[in-house]
Amino acid sequence: MNSMLVTLVLLLLLGFAYQTGWSRSSRLAQVEGRLHSKPIYHGALVAIWAIVPALLILGLWALFGTATANTRFRTLTSAVVLASAFGTGAIGLYLARNRISARFRARNEVERIIRYLLIGCSVVAILTTLGIVLSLLGEALRFFTFVSPVDFFFGTVWNPRFSSVGTGSGDFGLLPLLWGTVMIATIAILVALPIGLMTAVYLTQYAKPKTRNIIKPMIEVLAGIPTIVYGFFALVTVGPALAGLGAMFGLDIRATSALTAGIVMGVMIIPFISSLSDDVIRQVPRALRDGSLGLGATESETIRRVILPAALPGIVGAVLLAVSRAIGETMIVVLAAGNSPYLRLNPGEPVSTVTVTIVNQLTGDTDFSSPQSLVAFALGLTLFAMTLVLNIAALFIVRRYREQYE
Amino acid sequence: MMNALREDLTQMNMVVRQLAVDTDLYTLPSTTIRTPDLEPQPVKIKARNVNVFYGEKQAIHDVSIDIPEKAVTAFIGPSGCGKSTFLRCFNRMNDTIEGSRVDGLIELDGRSIIDRSLDVVELRARVGMVFQKPNPFPKSIYENIAYGPRIHGLVRSKADLDEIVERSLRKAGLFDEVKDRLHDTATGLSGGQQQRLCIARAIAVSPEVILMDEPCSALDPIATARVEELIDELRENYTIIIVTHSMQQAARVSQRTAMFHLGNLVEEGPTEKIFTSPEVKRTQDYITGRFG
Ligand SMILES: Nc1ncnc2c1ncn2[C@@H]1O[C@H](COP(=O)(O)OP(=O)(O)OP(=O)(O)O)[C@@H](O)[C@H]1O
Ligand SMILES: [Mg+2]
Repeated sequence: MNSMLVTLVLLLLLGFAYQTGWSRSSRLAQVEGRLHSKPIYHGALVAIWAIVPALLILGLWALFGTATANTRFRTLTSAVVLASAFGTGAIGLYLARNRISARFRARNEVERIIRYLLIGCSVVAILTTLGIVLSLLGEALRFFTFVSPVDFFFGTVWNPRFSSVGTGSGDFGLLPLLWGTVMIATIAILVALPIGLMTAVYLTQYAKPKTRNIIKPMIEVLAGIPTIVYGFFALVTVGPALAGLGAMFGLDIRATSALTAGIVMGVMIIPFISSLSDDVIRQVPRALRDGSLGLGATESETIRRVILPAALPGIVGAVLLAVSRAIGETMIVVLAAGNSPYLRLNPGEPVSTVTVTIVNQLTGDTDFSSPQSLVAFALGLTLFAMTLVLNIAALFIVRRYREQYE
Repeated sequence: MMNALREDLTQMNMVVRQLAVDTDLYTLPSTTIRTPDLEPQPVKIKARNVNVFYGEKQAIHDVSIDIPEKAVTAFIGPSGCGKSTFLRCFNRMNDTIEGSRVDGLIELDGRSIIDRSLDVVELRARVGMVFQKPNPFPKSIYENIAYGPRIHGLVRSKADLDEIVERSLRKAGLFDEVKDRLHDTATGLSGGQQQRLCIARAIAVSPEVILMDEPCSALDPIATARVEELIDELRENYTIIIVTHSMQQAARVSQRTAMFHLGNLVEEGPTEKIFTSPEVKRTQDYITGRFG
C-alpha cells in the first residue's frame, strides 16, 4: 500500500475529526450558552481520539508486522491492518464525539494528554540511551567469552590479528589505545584551556559589547566546522608543518602523530571551553568584582584573585565536558594520529586511540561473531563509561557551583 | 572683629593652599566647614559643578558640595535621584560602568581626582567603599581582610598581616565573634557580620574616606544598630559618606546631610538643621514622608 496515500487518509481523518468536534461543540454552545471548554479543545480531543489508536496500530504493524508477515498473504494482511487502523480511528471519533456536552472538561483532558506527550518525548531520549547501553553490554559480554576482562583491561599489547579471524587468537590489550586517547586528550586540553579561558576572560571583562558581538559568533563558527574538515586540516597542513618545525630543531616529529591530532583537537574544543567559561564567569556576581575594584585592585588582579577562583568549579566542569568531547572524537584521530597502537611516550610518534580502533575493527568485511569485531563493543562500552563519568562529574560540579550563587 | 579675622584666615588659607599646590604639598585643607556641636572641620572632598552622564542621559546636574573631614555626611533623597552615582564619583567607581562620563571638579585634599591621568588604584586605597549588599569574597574571613593589604603591598611579613587583620576586625567590632574561625569561609557569616567584614576589609587598607552605599539596607534592625554604632566610632578617624533611605539613620549617624532630587542637590547643611528647619520645602516633604 502506498504510504503517501495512508498519510493522506490519516490527515483527512485528523481534519474531519477536529472539524466534527469543533462544529458539534459550537452548535451546542449556541443552544446551551457557555461551555466548560472552548470548541477548539473539543475539536482537538476528538481528533486525538481518532488519530492515536490508528497511529498505534500502524506503528505496531511497521515495527513487528513485516517480520511475521507471510509473503503469500502480504496484501491481505496489510489490507486487514489498514482497515482495522482506520476502523478503530472511526470508532474513537464516534465515541469522543458523543462525549461532547456543555459540562464536559475537554480542556483539562487535552492538557493532560499534552503532558503525557511531553513525558513520552523525554522518555524517548532516556530509552535510547538505555538501549545503546544494553546493546553494547550484550555484545561486549559476548566478547568477554573469548577474551578475559583482565587481559582486555590490563593488556599492554594490541594486536587483534585479522588474518586469524575466527580462531580467537590475538592480543586485545586496551592500554595502548587508552594511552593514545589520554595523550591526545591531554595535548588538546593543554592547547584549548589557556586559549579558551583567556578568550572568555577577554570577552567577559575587557571587550566592549560591540567587539564581543563580533568575536563571539566568530569563535562559535569553530564549533560548527565538521570534524572531518579538521581532520583534513591536521593531515594536510598541521602535520607537515609540525614535522618541518621539528626538523628545524632536530626533533623527529612525524606528520601523523599524537601531537598533530592533539593540537588540532585542541583548536576544535576551544569554543567549548570559551563559551562554557564565558557563562560561568558571567555568573560571578558583579558585586564581587566591584568589591575588589573598590579596594584598589586592578582589573587583572581582580580576575586572577577573585573572579577566576570564584568561577573555578564551573570552569573545571567546562574542562571535563571538553575532555569527554575530546575522548569521544573520532575523525581527527582517524586521519591524523597515525593509527599505530603501541605504548609510546613520545607525543611526536603516531598513536592509535579507542575510537580509531573501533572504526578499524568494524570496517571491512568482518563477521560479527569473532572477537576481532566484537572487541569494538567492549571498546565502545569503555568509552561510554569514561565519558559518562566525566559528564556526570561535570554536571555535578557545575550544579553545585550554580547553587552557590542562587 | 571675629568675622574680619575669619576673612583673613580664609584668605591666608587660600594663599597657603596655592603654595601647597605649587610645591606639591596637598595636605592642607582648602577651607573649613562649620557644623554645630562640632569643631569647624577641614574640607576633605570638594566638588564643584559635577555632572555625570550615562550615555546620553544625565544623572547628576551641576552638583557642588564640600565634605568635611572626620565626620559623617549623609546623602538622602528618593530612589533614582543619583545618590549612588554621585557617591561613586569619589572613588571613580563610575569608571567601571560602560558609557559613564563625569565632568566638573572634584578634589580630595585639594588635589583633583577627575583627572584621567590619576592612578585609580592609589585613589581607591585612600577612598574605600562599602556596598549595599554585603559582598565578601568566597574566601576565608582572614583572606577577605588580607586581600587589600596584599594587593597594595602594605605588608612585609605574615606577622604584619596577622596584625592588620586583627586590628581591622577589632575596629569593625567583629573580632570577638570570629576570632576562632578566621579561616572559615566568609560567606558563612550572617548578613550583619558580612557587612561588618566588608567594613573591616575596607579599613584594612587604611583609607582616609569610606563611602557607604546603603550599608544597612540588607540588615535587620539589630545588625543595623551595630553597624550604626560602628560608623559613629569610625568617625573619629575616617571621613565617612553614607547613602541611606532611612531618615532616622541619617539623623542618628550623620553630622551633615545632603538632600538630592532628580540628580540635583536640593539642600545641604548640618543634619540637625536639615531635619528641623530645612530651607527648601521639598526637603521637608521628603523628610516627613510626604513624597519619595
Ligand atoms: N549603570 C547605569 N547605566 C545607566 N543609567 C544608570 C546606571 N546606574 C544608574 N543609572 C541611572 O542614573 C540615575 C541615578 O541612579 P542612582 O543609582 O545613582 O540612584 P540612587 O539615588 O542611588 O537610587 P537608589 O536610592 O534607588 O539606590 C537613575 O535614573 C538610574 O536609572
Ligand atoms: Mg543607590
